[in-house]
Amino acid sequence: MVTGVAGEHMAAPVPNPQFVLRGARSAVHALHFCHGAQGHPLLLSGSLRGLVHVWSLQTRRPLAALDGHGGQCVTWLHTLPQGPQLLSQGRDLQLCVWDLAEGRNAVVDAVHLESVGFCRASVLAEGPQRWMLAVPGRGSDEAESSPRPLLLAGYEDGSLALWDVSARKVCSRVACHSEPVMALALDPRRARGVSGSAEKVLAVWSLEGQQALQVRGTHELINPGIADLKIRPDSKILATAGWDHRVRVFQWRTMKPLAVLAFHSATVHCVAFNTTGLLAAGSGDQRISVWSLYPPT
Amino acid sequence: MDPVASAVRLAVQEAVHILSSSEDGGHIISTLQSLRRYLGETETQAPPEEQEEFSRTHFSTILRCLVGKLSPDWLDLLPDGQLEELWASFFLEGPADQAFLVLMESIEGAASPSFRLMKMARLLARFLSAGRMAAVMEGQCGQQAGPASRLLQETLLTRVVGLPDHLGNRLQRETLAAFFPQNYFPLLGEEVLRVLQAVVDSLRGGLDCSVSFLSQVLGKACVHGRQKEILGVLVPRLTVLTQGNCLWQRVCWRLVECVPDRAMEAVLKGLVEAAPGPEVLSRLLGNLVTKSKKAQFVMTQKLLFLQYSCSMPMLQSLLGYLAMDSQRRPLLVQALKELLETWGSSSAIRHTPLEQQRYVSKALLICLTHLGEAELRASRDELLASLMEGVKSRLDSSLPPVRRLGMIVAEVASARLHPEGPPLKFQYEEDELTREMLALAVPRPAADGPSEAGPPVAPVSGESPDQETVDSGGPQAGWEGSDSELDSDDELVPYDMSGDGEQRGSKTPAYVRDCLEALTASEDWERWEEALRALEGLVLKSPAATREVSLELAKVLLHLEEKTAVAGFERLRQRALVAVTVTDPARVAEYLAVQFYALNYSLRQRMDILDVLALAAQELSRPGCLGKAAQRGSPGPGSQPSGAAVPAWKAVVEERVRRKTRRFCKGSTGRAAAAGPNEFNAVAGYFFFPLLQRFDRPVVTFDLLGDDQLVLGRLAHTLGALMYLAVNTAVAVPMGKALLEFVWALRFHGDAYVRRGLLSAVSSVLLSVPAEWLLADLPDELLEARSWLADVAEQDADEDCRLLAVKALLLLEKLRDRLLPLSSP
Repeated sequence: MVTGVAGEHMAAPVPNPQFVLRGARSAVHALHFCHGAQGHPLLLSGSLRGLVHVWSLQTRRPLAALDGHGGQCVTWLHTLPQGPQLLSQGRDLQLCVWDLAEGRNAVVDAVHLESVGFCRASVLAEGPQRWMLAVPGRGSDEAESSPRPLLLAGYEDGSLALWDVSARKVCSRVACHSEPVMALALDPRRARGVSGSAEKVLAVWSLEGQQALQVRGTHELINPGIADLKIRPDSKILATAGWDHRVRVFQWRTMKPLAVLAFHSATVHCVAFNTTGLLAAGSGDQRISVWSLYPPT
Repeated sequence: MDPVASAVRLAVQEAVHILSSSEDGGHIISTLQSLRRYLGETETQAPPEEQEEFSRTHFSTILRCLVGKLSPDWLDLLPDGQLEELWASFFLEGPADQAFLVLMESIEGAASPSFRLMKMARLLARFLSAGRMAAVMEGQCGQQAGPASRLLQETLLTRVVGLPDHLGNRLQRETLAAFFPQNYFPLLGEEVLRVLQAVVDSLRGGLDCSVSFLSQVLGKACVHGRQKEILGVLVPRLTVLTQGNCLWQRVCWRLVECVPDRAMEAVLKGLVEAAPGPEVLSRLLGNLVTKSKKAQFVMTQKLLFLQYSCSMPMLQSLLGYLAMDSQRRPLLVQALKELLETWGSSSAIRHTPLEQQRYVSKALLICLTHLGEAELRASRDELLASLMEGVKSRLDSSLPPVRRLGMIVAEVASARLHPEGPPLKFQYEEDELTREMLALAVPRPAADGPSEAGPPVAPVSGESPDQETVDSGGPQAGWEGSDSELDSDDELVPYDMSGDGEQRGSKTPAYVRDCLEALTASEDWERWEEALRALEGLVLKSPAATREVSLELAKVLLHLEEKTAVAGFERLRQRALVAVTVTDPARVAEYLAVQFYALNYSLRQRMDILDVLALAAQELSRPGCLGKAAQRGSPGPGSQPSGAAVPAWKAVVEERVRRKTRRFCKGSTGRAAAAGPNEFNAVAGYFFFPLLQRFDRPVVTFDLLGDDQLVLGRLAHTLGALMYLAVNTAVAVPMGKALLEFVWALRFHGDAYVRRGLLSAVSSVLLSVPAEWLLADLPDELLEARSWLADVAEQDADEDCRLLAVKALLLLEKLRDRLLPLSSP
C-alpha cells in the first residue's frame, strides 16, 4: 500500500469552490455534465424530491427542472454521446429516456426496474443509434470494455464481477470489500479501476489479460463510507464522495491523497468530472459545489 | 639663625617688595628670573639647600604675591606676553602640591566672573594637561605620615577629587571642558596610573613607597559616583600590567587594601563591574576578602543579599572570584548556605520583591556551578534541608513566577546535591527567564581554554545526495502501471490536509435531557463525549427545556470527571456550565455560590465555581462578548474546517471594498456595542452575596484564611469582577459596601496574590458604585481605604500590588475631582 508523503514545505491551504449552485431544494443524488443545444456546457442534477435540474454553467442558474419520477429520488443521470437523449434512473423503479432537443423536455420512453437497491444503471454506446444499457436486476453495477462487450458489476456482498455480456457468463469474480460495493470506476487505458464501499477502504484492482480481475491494493480512509467515485477523463485524478461530508481527491496513478474538500455540511452523494477538468459534488445539504483543481494541461 | 635660611629670606623679601611696588617691566623680569634660580630650572642654579629652603617656606608666598599682581595692565608691562609666560612657569614648574593648592585657593577667592578668575582657570587647565597632577600625588607617596602632612593630605584629597565641583561652582557656565567630570576623572585615572608606574619603579630601585594617598583618591572618587570614569581607565591598563607581574599585582592589592572602609563598597562594586571576568578580578584584588572585614562583608553579604542591582556578568565575576582561590572557597560555601537559606525562607518569599528573588536564585545557581562534589557533599545534609524547606514554601506560593523559580532551582540544585538519586523533574513552561537560568547552571568554560572548533566541515563531495534521489526516484512500488505515456504526469502537489480528521456526530444527542442522561448513566463513551460537546449548543438553543433541569445539570457538570481523554474537556465543561448558569441565573448561581463553601469539593472544583460565576456574570452583563472571545480563541479540532475559510474570504472582500471606497471623513471604526438591558441587574445578588458569607468560617476540607490562600485570591478577584460587572445596577451600592468590608478584613494578608485581588476589588467598587452613593453611604470606608492604598502604593513588596494601588488611588482622585465642581456653588 502506498500512502502519500507530504512535502517538507508548508502545503497550500485548501482552495474554495469555484462556485456553488443553490436552489435544488433537496439533497442532490446524481450529477452529470453534458453539452446543450449550442454547445453550452450544462450540468444535470438529480434530487431527492425526484426533480432533474438543468444548470447552465455559464449563467450558473437553473434552466429547467424535469419532473418524471413521481417525487422519488433520482439516483443516476446520463446523456448519450450523440443526440439529445437523457437517461435518468429513479427510486420509483423507472428508468426514463428524455428528449431534450430544441427545448423539449418530455419523457419519450421508460423502462421498469426491479431493484430497489443502490445500484445504478450503465450504458455502452457504440454508434448513433446503437447503445446497450445495463440495469440492475437483483444487484449489480456498471462497466464497459471492448471488443466484446464486458460488464463490471459490484455486489452487495462486497465482490466485483466481470461479465461477458454476449456469452452471458461471469469471466472473473473477486471479493474486494467486506461491505456492499457502493461505487466503482474504471480507467480503460490502464485497465485498472477503483471501487468504494460502506467500509473505510478504497480497493484498486486491474483487469489482467482482459479477463481476470485482480486486487492490486487497498487505500485506507479516515472515515467510512464512499457514496460515489469518479476518475477524471484524462486519468490524472480520482475524486470520492464521502459519507463524512468530504470530497477526497487522489492522484490516480499513485493513489497519493491530494486534497480533502470539506465544504459540505452533509453527506456527499455524488461527484462528476467534465472534460475541461471541472469537478462537481452534490450533497445532502442541497448544494452543488463546483471546483477547479489541477487543471488539465 | 641658619645663614642659608636668612639669605633666602632676604632675597625673597626683596623680590616681594619689588614685585608689589615696581611698575618697570624690565625690573620685574630680572627679579623673577633671579627667583627662578631657586626652582632649579635655569643654568645658574642656586645651591640645593637654598632651593629646598625656598620651596619649603617661601614658594607659596611668592605664588600668592604673583596671583595678587595679576591684572591686564601688569601683564602688559612687557610686550608679547613675556611676563605672562614667566609668571605661569612658576606654577607649572615649582613644587606641584603648593602650586595646586594656591591655584585652587585663588580660584575660590577670585570674584566671579573676572579677568583673574579666567586666567587662573586657564592656568589650572594647563597645569592638568601638563601632567602635574601626577606630580601632586607622587609627592604624597614618598612621605611618612605626620600630623601636619596628614592635614595637608586631607586638604589635597578634597581639592583633587572635588576639582570639577569647585570649578563648576565658580565658573558656572564658563567652565572649561577639561573640568567636566567625564573628562577630568579619566585624566585622573591616567595620572594615578603614572604614579603607580613611578611607585613600581622606585620599589624596583629598593625605595619604600606608600600608595595610601592614591587609595584615598580612588576611594573618594568612587564614593562620588565616578567609578565608571576612573576605573574605566584604570582597570583595562591594570589588567594588562598585572598579567604575570608579581610586583604590579602586589602594588594593586595594596592599592585596594588601603582604600578607607567607608569607600570600600563603592570601589569594590566598581571593580567588579569593570573587571572583564573572575580571573582579572582575582589578579586585581588578591585575597582581599580574607584580609579586610569590610571587603568581606561587601563581597559576601552586601552585593548578594542587600542589593540586587548587579548584572549577571558582575555576579559571575564576583562568585568566580570567590571560587578561584582555596583560601576564599570557604566563603563561597558559606555564601551558598546563606543564599539557600534566604531563597527558601518563607518570610523572604513573601516580603521581598520578585526581582530580588530572581537575583538570589541566579546567584545560587552560579554558586552551584563553582562548587565541586566534595565541598557539596561535606555540607549536603544542611543544604538539602534548606532546599527542601524552600521548595515547599515556593510551591505553596500563589504567584506562578515564584513557583517557577522554585521548580528550576530545585531541579538544578537537587541534581548537584544528590547526583546519585533519581532526577527531580517539574513541568513548567519554557520562557526567557527559564532559559537564562538553566544556562547559568551550566559551568562556564575556562577563559583561556582552546577556542571553539572551526566551522563544521563541508560534506565530502564523493556521493552527492541528489544523485541518490534520482536513482531511487525511478519506478515506484505498488500498483504502478507500466504505460510510460500515461504515467508521464507530473507529481501533483497536495493541498493542506491537516484539517482532516475523524468525523463525529453520529451519536450526538438532540435534547438537553438526552445529554443529562448520557452524562450520568451512559457507559458508551463516544456518546458521553458527544453529549459533552453538544451540551452548550443545546442549552442555548432550548432555554425552556434547560430551566426544567438546570439544577440537576449544574450538579452533574460540577461533579463531572474527565473519563476519556477528550480534547479540551475543561473548556467544554466550563462553557456548558456557564451556558446553564446564564439560562437560569438565579437558581444555578445561588446553588453554585453555596456549593463553593460546601464540604466535599476539591480546590479545583471550587475555583471552577468562581470562574463559571464570573464568566456567566459577564455573559449576562454584556451578552455576546463571551461567544466572540471564544471564537477568536483556539477553534479546536472541529468537524467543519470550512468555517475557518469563511473569515479569510470575508477579509479579502472587506479589504477590496475598503480599497475601492473613498471616505471623506473617518468616523470611529469600532462598531458601537448594541445597547440592551443589563440582565445581570436582577440576579447580581445571587452571584455575589452567598460567596461573601462564610469566607471566615473554615471547614475541615477548606480553610480560606489558612492554607487555601490561592482560592482566597481567586475569590477576591472574582468578587471584584462581579462588582465591576454590576455597574449601573441597583444592587451595586450594598454590594460595594459588603465588598469594602471584605477587603478591610483582609487588607494585611501576607499573600501578594490575595492582596492583588483585594486591590482590584477596590478599584471595581470605585468604578461601579455611583460617586454620589459612595460619598453618601461609604465616606468612612473610603477614607480608610485611601490611607491603606497610599501605604500599599509606597511600601508593598510586590510590584503589581503597588501598581494596582496607584491605579485605585487615581480612580479615587478622579472621583473627587468630579464631585468638587458639583459641591462648589
